[in-house]
Amino acid sequence: MALLEIKDVRVSYGPVSALQGVSLAVEAGQVVTLIGSNGAGKSTTLRAISGMVRVTSGTVTFDGKNITNLPPHEIVRLGIAHAPEGRGIFANLTVDENLEVGAFVRSDRAGIAQDRERAFTLFPRLKERQRQIAGTLSGGEQQMLAIARALQSRPRLLLLDEPSLGLAPQVVSTIFQIIREINSTGTTILLVEQNATMALRAAHRGYVLEVGNIVLADDAKVLAESDEVRKAYLGIG
Amino acid sequence: MSTADPLALRSHALRAPVGLAALRSLGPWAAVFAIAFVLERLIGPYLPGYYAKVLTDVGIAIVLGVSLNLVNGFTGQFSIGHAGFMAVGGYVAGTVTYYGHHLLWGGIAKQGGFLGASEWLFVAGALAGGIAAGLAGYLVGLPSLRLRGDYLAIVTLGFGEILRVIIQRTDDVLFVPKDIEAASFTTLATSVGGALGFTGIPFLTNLFWVAVAVGAVLVLSYRLKHSDEGRGFLAIREDEVAAEAMGVPTTRLKVRAFVYAAFFAGIAGALFAHEVGTTLNPRELGFQKSFEIVIMVVLGGMGSISGTTLAAIVLTVLPELLREFAQYRMIAYALLLIGMMLLRPQGLFGIHEIWDLSFRRKKAAP
Repeated sequence: MALLEIKDVRVSYGPVSALQGVSLAVEAGQVVTLIGSNGAGKSTTLRAISGMVRVTSGTVTFDGKNITNLPPHEIVRLGIAHAPEGRGIFANLTVDENLEVGAFVRSDRAGIAQDRERAFTLFPRLKERQRQIAGTLSGGEQQMLAIARALQSRPRLLLLDEPSLGLAPQVVSTIFQIIREINSTGTTILLVEQNATMALRAAHRGYVLEVGNIVLADDAKVLAESDEVRKAYLGIG
Repeated sequence: MSTADPLALRSHALRAPVGLAALRSLGPWAAVFAIAFVLERLIGPYLPGYYAKVLTDVGIAIVLGVSLNLVNGFTGQFSIGHAGFMAVGGYVAGTVTYYGHHLLWGGIAKQGGFLGASEWLFVAGALAGGIAAGLAGYLVGLPSLRLRGDYLAIVTLGFGEILRVIIQRTDDVLFVPKDIEAASFTTLATSVGGALGFTGIPFLTNLFWVAVAVGAVLVLSYRLKHSDEGRGFLAIREDEVAAEAMGVPTTRLKVRAFVYAAFFAGIAGALFAHEVGTTLNPRELGFQKSFEIVIMVVLGGMGSISGTTLAAIVLTVLPELLREFAQYRMIAYALLLIGMMLLRPQGLFGIHEIWDLSFRRKKAAP
């Protein structure tokens, strides 16, 4: 059974329907990417999983448990961490304090300390800037902090919303390298991206979302080769 | 470079020997009581009444400002109904001590000296007032803290105004012993003076209890700021959506911040009600009072405990110093505020504490 399964999920913002029955599955240990253009509903799908928008119909199942419309803090407790779009770091707090908030749902001090060390191994830049106010970090460093912070709840599933947004190409490849590294230590990742090339290269499986519907689902390699995807999202052909 | 690793420091603190840990947790409280004792017993007797009164006012202002800072500063919500909670605390405490004195001792004469019977009744009344205010904070907070920004401000403002109208409708204070003994609990609780104010409350506020309240609000806010819960508050202020994504139960914590703040506003109200030279009346604790408290927080720096404390001191002492200028003093006060907002819109210390400023500069040097 898949670690995360969403079935026929519908979400609307007032009268505007954002998801019109989206179904997808994320197998444990994989990186799954959700690609699509602006307004396709990628971020909304992540928000539906982490409980930040109300699902009007359909179910979200995590590890065999129905988590549809649970409050976000309970979903975090169950092992899903969401690094929201636009990073959402706490700009006036220090790097350390940001990480501490990331561990908000935990109380095992030894484990938290261990995960913080792990984050610093992954992102040595953050270790150098521990005491620095997060708002003064560069864009790439802020993205690293957002990911490191999400990892502090020791999630089994990490939801990443556009980690490459607004970053220099050099930094984008660093971020993707880190995403693969995080995955290699056993964390399952659901990755939302506009940068389809990079995302499909990093992922095992991919879904293509168009105006609130899944239009394609396949192995990432197959998707990257498919004509439709190449035309529409990779700017090739 | 030997920058101490904060994590190592903290885990070291966890492993501190029992004696040291106890000292660290109880030390500040011992200091608070020691300072309060010195103020009341050693300095108080030599202090002319006027200065003692200003000092008391300063203390009450600090309790109000620092407690509102929990909501407006730490958690980033905007409440302008703090005087309402102050009124709840003041009236509940006043009812307990005024009618308590009558029922127990047949009059409002003070029983016992320093830390005597009257003072303990006062402490009980103040705690009851704080708890009642906290409860009011919970009731107001629960539905309204789902609102944000301006909407929350309007609701808190409305709460204060509703409360003022309710208090105005209460009956006259009972003073004939026979009537008081015959009256039911509800009658006593609603005979608190109406629009004329609650007169006759015994003058039990002294420097000792003011200092204890100030110490308590300072120590508790400081500890809160550095606790997990406090970081949750700060996270909500910084980015509510991200805080939610990190598993911070945002609504619950906002309500909690509101309750803590209301509790201390209630305590401040109790101190105010029992102060020499003040009369507890609904006009005094209206919208304008709420605004004064908001100004302290904004001026001191939203989120800065030391900044708010300093602003509370300045804004209480300044009108006293400007007394000579009679009618011009409110103009001077207004000019100060305008100047301040133009020059330092983030308040005296922004979100930092006084000691952070010099500390950070030193750290930045290498």
